[in-house]
Amino acid sequence: AWYILSHINLIEKQRETKGPPNGQVDLEVEKKEIKTETSNDGSGNNNANSSSPGSTSLGATSKSPTGPAEDQQTLLAVLQFLKRNKLNESVDILRREAGLSVEIDDSPGSASGGAGSGGASNSTVDGGDTNSLLSRVSIAIPAAPAVTAAPVPPKVTASGGEDQPDVNVVLSAYSQQGDPDLYPLYYNGLKKFIESVLDCHRAELSQVFYPLFVHMYLELVYNNHEVEAKQFFEKFSGDQECYYAEDLRILSGMTKKEHMKGNETMLDFRTSKFVLRISRDSYQLLKRHLQERQNNQIWNIIQEHLYIDIFDGMPRSKSQIDAMSGSLAGEAKRDANKTKVFYGLLKEPEIEVPLDDEDEEAENEEGKPKKKKPKKDSMGSKSKKQDPNAPQQTRIPLPELKDSDKLDKIMNMKEAAKKIRLGSDNLPSICFYTFLNAYQGLTAVDITDDSSLIAGGFADSTVRVWSVTPKKLRRVKSAADLSNIDKESDDVLERIMDEKTASESKILYGHSGPVYGISFSPDRNYLLSSSEDGTVRLWSLQTFTCLVGYKGHNYPVWDTQFSPYGYYFVSGGHDRVARLWATDHYQPLRMFAGHLADVTCTRFHPNSNYVATGSADRTIRLWDVLNGNCVRILTGHKGPIHSLAFSPNGKFMASGATDGRVLLWDIGHGLMIGELKGHTDTIYALRFSRDGEILASGSMDNTVKLWDTLKAFDDVELDDFTAATGHIHLPENSQELLLGSYTTKSTPVIHLHFTRRNLLLAAGAYNP
Amino acid sequence: MAEERRPKQCTVVLPTESMKAMAESIGVGQLQEESCAALSEEVSYRIKEIAQDALKFMHHGKRRKLMTSDIDHALKIKNVEPLYGFQSQEFIPFRFASGGGRELHFYEEKEVDLSDIINTPLPRVPLDVSLKAPKEQQKAESTEPLKAVKPGQEEEGSIQKGQGATSAEAKGKKEGLIRMKPRSTHELSVEQQLYYKEITEACVGSCEAKRAEALQSIATDPGLYQMLPRFSTFISEGVRVNVVQNNLALLIYLMRMVKALMDNPTLYLEKYLHELIPAVVTCIVSKQLCLRPDVDNHWALRDFAARLMAQSCKTFSTTTNNIQSRITKTFTKSWLDEKTQWTTRYGCIAGLSELGPDVIKTLIIPRLTIEGARIKAVIEGPVVSNIDKIGADHVQSLLLKHCASVIAKTRPLPDNMEQYRVDYGYLGPMLCSHVVKARAQAALQAQQVNRTTLTITQPRSTLTVSQSGIGGSVGSRTPSIIKVPSSLTLMSTRPGTPTQPSPPATKYIVMATSAGASSTQQVITLSSSSASSVTSTVASAASTLQPLVKLESGGGGSLGGSRPLQKYIVVSLPSSASSSLESKSGMLPPSSSSLEAGMKMERSDSPGASTQSPH
Repeated sequence: AWYILSHINLIEKQRETKGPPNGQVDLEVEKKEIKTETSNDGSGNNNANSSSPGSTSLGATSKSPTGPAEDQQTLLAVLQFLKRNKLNESVDILRREAGLSVEIDDSPGSASGGAGSGGASNSTVDGGDTNSLLSRVSIAIPAAPAVTAAPVPPKVTASGGEDQPDVNVVLSAYSQQGDPDLYPLYYNGLKKFIESVLDCHRAELSQVFYPLFVHMYLELVYNNHEVEAKQFFEKFSGDQECYYAEDLRILSGMTKKEHMKGNETMLDFRTSKFVLRISRDSYQLLKRHLQERQNNQIWNIIQEHLYIDIFDGMPRSKSQIDAMSGSLAGEAKRDANKTKVFYGLLKEPEIEVPLDDEDEEAENEEGKPKKKKPKKDSMGSKSKKQDPNAPQQTRIPLPELKDSDKLDKIMNMKEAAKKIRLGSDNLPSICFYTFLNAYQGLTAVDITDDSSLIAGGFADSTVRVWSVTPKKLRRVKSAADLSNIDKESDDVLERIMDEKTASESKILYGHSGPVYGISFSPDRNYLLSSSEDGTVRLWSLQTFTCLVGYKGHNYPVWDTQFSPYGYYFVSGGHDRVARLWATDHYQPLRMFAGHLADVTCTRFHPNSNYVATGSADRTIRLWDVLNGNCVRILTGHKGPIHSLAFSPNGKFMASGATDGRVLLWDIGHGLMIGELKGHTDTIYALRFSRDGEILASGSMDNTVKLWDTLKAFDDVELDDFTAATGHIHLPENSQELLLGSYTTKSTPVIHLHFTRRNLLLAAGAYNP
Repeated sequence: MAEERRPKQCTVVLPTESMKAMAESIGVGQLQEESCAALSEEVSYRIKEIAQDALKFMHHGKRRKLMTSDIDHALKIKNVEPLYGFQSQEFIPFRFASGGGRELHFYEEKEVDLSDIINTPLPRVPLDVSLKAPKEQQKAESTEPLKAVKPGQEEEGSIQKGQGATSAEAKGKKEGLIRMKPRSTHELSVEQQLYYKEITEACVGSCEAKRAEALQSIATDPGLYQMLPRFSTFISEGVRVNVVQNNLALLIYLMRMVKALMDNPTLYLEKYLHELIPAVVTCIVSKQLCLRPDVDNHWALRDFAARLMAQSCKTFSTTTNNIQSRITKTFTKSWLDEKTQWTTRYGCIAGLSELGPDVIKTLIIPRLTIEGARIKAVIEGPVVSNIDKIGADHVQSLLLKHCASVIAKTRPLPDNMEQYRVDYGYLGPMLCSHVVKARAQAALQAQQVNRTTLTITQPRSTLTVSQSGIGGSVGSRTPSIIKVPSSLTLMSTRPGTPTQPSPPATKYIVMATSAGASSTQQVITLSSSSASSVTSTVASAASTLQPLVKLESGGGGSLGGSRPLQKYIVVSLPSSASSSLESKSGMLPPSSSSLEAGMKMERSDSPGASTQSPH
């Protein structure tokens, strides 16, 4: 729990350190957090309660009623805190809302079982009093089990709090002493039943097999029926869907009760409910069958470990189910993706195009400037209009633009004017940057937005920066030399650079393990790198030294990325938590907990209000930076996700995984809208072209593939029904969407980048 | 599917015998069978767990191969001390042994003699990471789609990010990215056109450094074949024009281009010989190649072109195209013609004699008498013209040079001056003295070789070493520099020709005044045995470093040493030796440069020699 505590400390420190005006902003933000949080919590409980009638009717009887009392305590504590800080308005709101939710809230299990509550609890704590909330904190842990460095032994009920009755119930399920010999019979019985039902229900009910299999196996192992467990595994593991092979392999290694202690996969299965989506009809069928047969063993497992999300309407087809399943904990609950996401882009600040630019144009033919002018105006007016889906400009505080940023923006606009319009008949040129003599050590690459610098992270802990323009990399002079400079001169920025240090590349030493993530700041002054040593480092590209080492992750940090507006950055690692940082704070501002396995990649939404994380639990989550809530859970990948990309308009997202598939997502609806098959190995790089018409994907299989996203997004028909239920029919057209496939000789593609003129840059290390 | 495999996964555990063996190895003698079983299950489980974690590190390391460092990292996140001493990526130091019904894999720990490690020369420092991109991108963010492809390009070692003209269009392997087109199209991409323009301009331009770079680029860059037709047309047109204008310099430049093209291992010129051969032959036999035939050294160009001709005959002549016999016929025909001018005559003889001793023996030697009479008529007769006289003079020395070595090998002793006059007419006496010298030299060599008991592989290039105070350092493509306290004369004869017996004095090659034509070192210095010093410049490779090499006669123990790989043998010189000594060396690849090889060799065993090498 230390991390939450430290986080609270941080928040309070922030308040102390910042001046009054800033403090005001902070407080406002927190108010909002509290509001959303409490309402979420309440509604989440509501949903859980109403959508799983089975659990209330049968399972809830055994549960202790202390849950609501606990919650009320928490609320009281929050109220006290608010009063103390004279936030009367929020107190009122909280009272009103809490009164409602507390009355309805009678399902204690959902307080900690909900997958989304990891992030939610985090933000609750933001506003809470440390001492009075300790108990609350302990509830939050099961949602983020890996955060605690030492895995919790199973006997201590997996969550640390022995007074938590709901967790006891979870465990008691495993300690139930059924006759081990009957397990295969039960399973077989259910299998026979499901095979005999109508086709339309069979596919849906088949989803039960895998979680059931896993939990029955774990029960056997837990109760020391080793031989039976092995037999059970051998008998039925072959029936499971092939995309669970990875988990089954881990499971197969686990044959003793002692092994369950500290096994992460184990913890995931126990602490999070496996979510299934089943139509009401199919569910009734299953329920009736199990009750008729008095098959309590299976029924108990379904009650305790499965979350069945029931919907009204047609049962789904096999292909629909297959598209969405595959994650470690089943599909996302429908409610998890209901929150509104402001996916629109922020308004670009208006920048006056400097005069000399006009002069340049005037030098051209007479007719040209006249033509261009109205164009420019129209572009300007477009950005002036506020996108209805965009978040408020000040939703999260963003750094102010500096003069140099403005200059860069102007350059960007100029370049963008020369941009090539890409399309299915006009593919981009690809320029490949090959790292030679890397001896298999290249682990991460990034290219600046203006394509002037390339940075590489290496397994030997170094970070190297190359300039790919004739402009060499120079260091700022030493302090002693700087004092001799005439500060009034016009070219002072030139003068501070030390000509003697000019070189094409620079090496940054500081990490003590392989560098897995690397990211340039948008203004090209900083570079971030994350490493196996558990730190994220911020480097200055002026002095080529390390400025800060951000410590927080205790385990390898797999990825890091700067916000598109700078200042903020996100990191995610083996500890299953993604963290949001600001460059001037040495501790994280937000912690996004909820993933059930390593956070393998992190990406900022173009409007900087959201962060997407991909994980080894085969889900993608979208987090709200403002309040730390998880607003989307996207399932469908069958392997750890290694790359993410947002479309430039912020509306869509692409993700690539070890299974070699690229999935396309509609963020607004939280739906999968496309599947691009073609790669044969892990996809490490994804990038949309500057206008979003083309998606480039680079993979371990030494290819770069180009996909027609324009067509992919057009083909999707989103009527209200599919939007509401989330049941999509994926068009089987990935071959039509494939525009080109380009093979390197022996160079895995690990980074892709579109220049401002839409030239595609790719990078990778030659692998002899 | 995986149904067959999965049950196995469940049951795979380490054998209990392994547990026993391990227990014994740490001194636990009696281990219960039950404990063994329990241990092995636990250990198997932990190993699997670690392997699964290690897999994560492999994935994030963007590799397909699990490495020992991945295991180390996996152990680290479990708070376990990593295993030390397994850093090597390729070498897994486990050995297998069986005996007494037991099979055992063990870790072999050899005793290592520390002094061995200290004394072995350091391995080459691995190359540093470098970034490479197609040249095009850097020149200008070309908006032209890179559609033109050069399939089958080879990866080049370690060209740095292509800024310099040398690695221009060093597109290397990455070209594969670009959409393949059928080979029939000969359109050049914008970038290739740029490259072609730059290269051709540099080749015939005035800047010597640029030319060196350009030629180097032609000689080494893979994937030029798309431009090959253009290069060959460029050369043939260039020769045509410049022969008419008598522009000697440009002709030399063009011939150097031919040489560079031939040196490029990735190019095969056969398809373009119809353009190149006429151009080269023109440079050999043309009546006039320069504006002032009496002053300009067009002879060198003829020699050089003749060598090119011989080289291409050797490489490309087949039974179907009969290049060599056709060329031989052409040369012979014009030589036999009475009216042929001295310049052309010289070219014909040079061209023929470069083709090898057999050709000399069958075609040139029988005509020595007639040719001698003709030379005599010019030299001793009434003064016709200065130009003719010079021409005759050159023809004479050429004949003497080439014939002497052949005669020395074929003609039995003794060398009687009168007999020679009878046999060869006017040239007889001079020939005789040359043959004597050639024989003496050959004998000396044989003696040397016997004394040091070194076997000689095909004699191809010659390295003469004599002692003096001047150090010769030669820069070549490989950045190794040797400093030798004695001066070096590198006599590298062209492939296929034997060592020369002392040719007439003052032969030198003008070609060498400029920076290197290519990476291979052609014959540069022909030293006279009598001359006290002949200075010549060696055409060095990429670098514009022009090593000055001096030959000085005089004794003094010299040095030797060789790198066995190169089969380069340097024979040490006894202090009494009067003239320069030659050692023969056989180069494995005929095209590889003797100079380069010479530079690489290590001299460790001879006194007074020191080796310096940056690596």
